[in-house]
Amino acid sequence: MATPTLDKTDKAEAGFADSPYITATFRIRRFNPEVSDEAQWQDFEILIDPKERVLDALHKIKWELDGTLTFRRSCAHGICGSDAMRINGKNRLACKTLIKDINPEKPITIEAIKGLTVLKDLVVDMDPFFQAYRDVMPFLITKGNEPTRERLQSPEDRERFDDTTKCILCAACTSSCPVFWNDGQYFGPAAIVNAHRFIFDSRDEGGEQRLEILNDRDGVWRCRTTFNCTDACPRGIEVTKAIQEVKRALITRRF
Amino acid sequence: MQIHKYDTVIVGAGGAGMRAAIESTKRSRTAVLTKLYPTRSHTGAAQGGMAAALANVEEDNWEWHTFDTIKGGDYLVDQDAAEILAKEAIDAVLDLEKMGLPFGRTPEGKIDQRRFGGHSRNHGEAPVRRACYSGDRTGHMILQTLYQNCVKEGVEFFNEFYVLDQLVVEENGVKKSAGVVAYELATGEIHVFQAKAVIYASGGTGKFFKVTSNAHTLTGDGQAACYRRGLPLEDMEFFQFHPTGIWRMGILLTEGARGEGGILRNKDGERFMEKYAPVMKDLASRDVVSRSIYTEIREGRGCGPEGDHVYLDLTHLPPEQLDAKLPDITEFARTYLGIEPYTDPIPIQPTAHYAMGGIPTNVEGEVLADNTTVVPGLYAAGEVACVSVHGANRLGTNSLLDINVFGRRSGIAAAEYSAKNDYVELPENPAQMVQEQVERLRNSTGTERVHTLRTELQECMDANVMVFRTEQTIKTAVEKIAELRKRYLDVSIQDKGKRFNTDLLEAIELGNLLDLAEVMATSALARKESRGGHYREDYPNRDDVNFMRHTMAYREVADDGTESIRLDYKPVVTTRYQPMERKY
Repeated sequence: MATPTLDKTDKAEAGFADSPYITATFRIRRFNPEVSDEAQWQDFEILIDPKERVLDALHKIKWELDGTLTFRRSCAHGICGSDAMRINGKNRLACKTLIKDINPEKPITIEAIKGLTVLKDLVVDMDPFFQAYRDVMPFLITKGNEPTRERLQSPEDRERFDDTTKCILCAACTSSCPVFWNDGQYFGPAAIVNAHRFIFDSRDEGGEQRLEILNDRDGVWRCRTTFNCTDACPRGIEVTKAIQEVKRALITRRF
Repeated sequence: MQIHKYDTVIVGAGGAGMRAAIESTKRSRTAVLTKLYPTRSHTGAAQGGMAAALANVEEDNWEWHTFDTIKGGDYLVDQDAAEILAKEAIDAVLDLEKMGLPFGRTPEGKIDQRRFGGHSRNHGEAPVRRACYSGDRTGHMILQTLYQNCVKEGVEFFNEFYVLDQLVVEENGVKKSAGVVAYELATGEIHVFQAKAVIYASGGTGKFFKVTSNAHTLTGDGQAACYRRGLPLEDMEFFQFHPTGIWRMGILLTEGARGEGGILRNKDGERFMEKYAPVMKDLASRDVVSRSIYTEIREGRGCGPEGDHVYLDLTHLPPEQLDAKLPDITEFARTYLGIEPYTDPIPIQPTAHYAMGGIPTNVEGEVLADNTTVVPGLYAAGEVACVSVHGANRLGTNSLLDINVFGRRSGIAAAEYSAKNDYVELPENPAQMVQEQVERLRNSTGTERVHTLRTELQECMDANVMVFRTEQTIKTAVEKIAELRKRYLDVSIQDKGKRFNTDLLEAIELGNLLDLAEVMATSALARKESRGGHYREDYPNRDDVNFMRHTMAYREVADDGTESIRLDYKPVVTTRYQPMERKY
């Protein structure tokens, strides 16, 4: 008996109609020092709905094909910053990248972000990244007595640094920066973004200290304005602009 | 195996853990063990706001907030705790502002406030603007601000350390905390942390559902660690289903969208909440709205070819308002659904969101071993805990509040306890259970796969213990979970290595989910009434005579090794509000 229900199941399984499954190849840069000192590319072919996320594809591979595939992830919708990786040569969050948007007709390459030591597959050592963040004193610095109620701040003053408050510390920007690739001592875009967030906060009184830190040999002057960071930011932060604003503040000492 | 000694150990680095750490680090030598880098925690996913009766934009006071919280929780709330929550909310928000949190501002420069579900003026008269917010990124800002202040205070983190066991020692018949056992993801090494005080702040357990707003990592690890050591879990049958998850994906779209004027509509374009909640309408409490959505869907007024969702309509709101107040959720709609919220309504369905139940504590965050006895040196705060300020249904914005108020309280209480008390001696072979668990999984040659069992669990939970429950559906779930627990003994993993073995950790997390799912379903089966997030179609009314009491679930192990769950009950603390019928 050809019931509508059966029809639908058949179609879904065959990959037609409203569930257009496709076959896609994921070419993943594998590295496991317990197995080999060399990294190598490995292809996985899977059937997947192209409206799904790259993270869904990685899960499918890990859960159904190869449990040793290793990556970080948590929230799966672009706010925790765990799963920054190089997808087709560009830094993105795997959970914010839909397969249909990266041409699944060709093999999709996935590798760890650059400039940080790869520890296993797509997992890198994040400690140098967070150290640079800590070095810019990423917290509100104030003088004098605290008010009883909240500090006042006009909506315009609040808006001034809104863009850089969005940072989720995923490292997509810093690990897309050619200066950072060549010299890990450079603070990198993410740390500067987080310094910017406080330098331009009207409540903060630590701007001079932070500017001195960023005036350092490894500070903002290393930036070559390639805009890779802005392109890479999954939160749409105008990273290069923020760095330029810090440079300008260093020259004029006005912020 | 390494052994560490700290005055205070905090398990988890989300909002509650970091708020506790800021207090505890100032007062005692503190270590924070966290399975994720702190800024990855799911506090960052919270969107809409944090409630506090600041009265910055209209008349409000903490007593109204207390009442709303108790009513929202369908009178299962412990009223002394709710009063503390609402009273201390004001300082909790001001403290965050002073720590640097970039709140939205009024034209005069004060912290701005918006409407949210269930929060009302004068005991239900009309919605009130009580939620302090930062766009639709309030949780993100709280998480970042707390992390920034942890950096400032020099808080010591152990990142990517999974706490897998709670060490409980019995001295003269009193259960005491001796420390925890953790697994280091990077190396596979096992660490014992001996501590005078331990605070659990490890978050929720939503991943036993399929459609959920919860992160992959929310697997109830803290609840499971305590439960396995004979400590009770309270009110686990109460789980919140947030009305507006992205259809099929479950990604959260804040209630703030309705606070800003968004409207829920069925396939006929009807604003159906007017029928179910004539006063609060789309801003009724979450359990009410989620049931209304499913009622619309069941009665054939759902949207789409399958009629399996409804719409969140923001199209009548000015694009500037959406950009300013709801930038992230509008972007989620564009990214994941490919639709433009300026012009198109967003398909939504209820999504498993928040565990009201958890590790029972008193208002200082001290964990209870039974209805009255505290476990010296053991604390819990945030979603992992049950104080209980949320009762049978949490109000929106009260969780960001909970983590700050009770995170702070437990941080102070634990550090003060550490200062006055000595270490409890570690049991012999403290890491034995974890070592055996890890070795068993690493060496197993069984045929069951983690993914298969987890998927079956999630589908079973969605089908049987979600918004609507009956004796039959819950029994189905209990039986299925028992089957899965049996099959879990035969689970094996592919990654046998030591470094970053997430395959192994997923298997352990699944074990936690299975234990907690069993507790949830068993507690739900016994509660033959409907209250807040627990709705029994076979018992559609609230039964205050028999069930105005908290469920306390204990794991029992018989001499022959068979495990079972023993249910007990604990009275609700009532101070000044007598139970009334709940209408919005």
